[in-house]
Amino acid sequence: MTLATAKTRSGTSRNGRRGRGGPEGGPPREKVIDRGAWFLVLPALIPILVLSVGPLLYGITLAFTDAQSGRTEPTEWIGTLNFQDLYHDTLFWESFRIGLLWAVGVTVPQFVLALGLALLLNQRLRFRWLARALAIIPWAMPEVVVGIMWRLVYNADAGILNETIRDLGLGDGRDWLTGLATALPAVIVVGIWAGMPQTTVALLAGLQNTPDELHEAAALDGAGAWRRFRTVTWPALKPVALAITALNFIWNFNSFALVYVLTSGGPGGRTRLPMLFAYEEAFRYGQFGYAAAMGCVMVAVISVLLAFYLVGRLKAEEEK
Amino acid sequence: MSLRTSRPARAGQYLALLCYLVFLAFPFLWLISTAFKPAPELGSLHPTWIPDSPTLENFRQAFDEQPLLRAAGNSLTVALSAALIAVVIATPMAYVMARQRGRLATAATGWVVVSQAFPFVLVIIPLFLVLKNLHLINSLFGLIMVYVVWSLPFALWMLVGYVRAVPAELEEAAAVDGAGRLRTLVSVTAPLLAPGIVATAMFAFITAWNEFFFALVLLKSPEKQTLPVILTHFLGAEGVADLGPLAAAAFLATIPSLAIFAIIQRRITGGMLAGAVKT
Repeated sequence: MTLATAKTRSGTSRNGRRGRGGPEGGPPREKVIDRGAWFLVLPALIPILVLSVGPLLYGITLAFTDAQSGRTEPTEWIGTLNFQDLYHDTLFWESFRIGLLWAVGVTVPQFVLALGLALLLNQRLRFRWLARALAIIPWAMPEVVVGIMWRLVYNADAGILNETIRDLGLGDGRDWLTGLATALPAVIVVGIWAGMPQTTVALLAGLQNTPDELHEAAALDGAGAWRRFRTVTWPALKPVALAITALNFIWNFNSFALVYVLTSGGPGGRTRLPMLFAYEEAFRYGQFGYAAAMGCVMVAVISVLLAFYLVGRLKAEEEK
Repeated sequence: MSLRTSRPARAGQYLALLCYLVFLAFPFLWLISTAFKPAPELGSLHPTWIPDSPTLENFRQAFDEQPLLRAAGNSLTVALSAALIAVVIATPMAYVMARQRGRLATAATGWVVVSQAFPFVLVIIPLFLVLKNLHLINSLFGLIMVYVVWSLPFALWMLVGYVRAVPAELEEAAAVDGAGRLRTLVSVTAPLLAPGIVATAMFAFITAWNEFFFALVLLKSPEKQTLPVILTHFLGAEGVADLGPLAAAAFLATIPSLAIFAIIQRRITGGMLAGAVKT
């Protein structure tokens, strides 16, 4: 059946249904769905409520209790005691600081690098298909494998990084992941590497929405590459850029597996991200209530930071 | 867009692209190189890119050291079930979200967005307790359900885009021709959605196959653990484990994801585009 006939038939259906539809009328398509909607939605809705929305709310209430793992006596409400303890917990705030350093240190270079790559992949270069396929390989890999892989790269003796440094005559290299000064930068590089594909794909999708004609018009007017980027590409890309950096920031702040495999938070807590900290608190020491309170604080602080970022960006936009 | 790109600029672009590809590819090449190196070469102070005498010994040793086959079986069970259940329950919901403007659809879209910002730590503890009450701790079924819910946001996001690409007029036409609601969905909409559904299922499979955190927390007994969790056992307490078997096992664990990703690579980019453009 062609689309044209489908359209005319839908016209008649609209009229036909309305007669039967009763006084409310309205577009019949939505009415039909309305009746069956719950039936269609329920299979997904129940797991979402039980395993996602429910636990989230439960988690927030846990933060106000003294819940511990394997305890026989019932848990009690303790008000904001967990939060008061947390306020004085210097280890947690140190971990929080590291988490912010990590999240910013990964998100910003990742965005800049991914933007460059997306711009390149949007060009009509030869082997573009190959480059596109290779560029998303990190996305397909299990995070644990990414961690293992980079441990092999960073390995003090058998690693390719130190070998390259020795070959170039830049010294003996070092033990990157256990050095107090190098551990955090080293894991940040891995974080950047691992998140490149998602960011690049999102930006590429954004780039392909910018109208070609505008580029051509700007080029005819004699605008150079940089001006074309500033005046044509960037304005069109901005919403995508805003969304992906915000999401990346959240994802990075919540990241766990990479650093767990690379350093387990060491050396001396230099890479102990808040997620690792909370994981240990909950599942090594069994402090469920306290760890839940950490989760709440993490969400609250991140939400506030993101709100400032997004509002700030949007304001800057308006002022222009 | 390639108008008036001068030759030096073109060369610069190729050079930059090459740098990117080297940065993105070299760790993986190093992993492969390590996986095929015999022990003496791994111990040498001057490791080479291409093993002098490549060997499969590391693979044999990897299977000896850890129950890789059983772990792979667990991973396969979990990932296949999670992917199937996810698309079976997500497709009808995505259909409603795409076709209907109502409070239900708005709430669902809201959840998709908010769930992306979920800090796992806030979910994992209560999830652990909820599953414990349902006696689903240390159970593959419990993990499957967690993965289903966990892969739903992206699955819904992709599927809504695919549903919107199917003209509603086709369904109305089928209805006029006398097809019932279910009949319309099954014989008109579903076939058109099939490629999108397959791509979504594959994506959900990869997500579950690769996942580590939930599996680490929710599975306690070694015979139930999935591949990523077993892989971390190679690291040992001190993390100075045998590099060869470690690399070999890690390489094997990546192959299924890479293979599937190669198949759906275009669709994922397309799906993201569809979702991004039309919402």
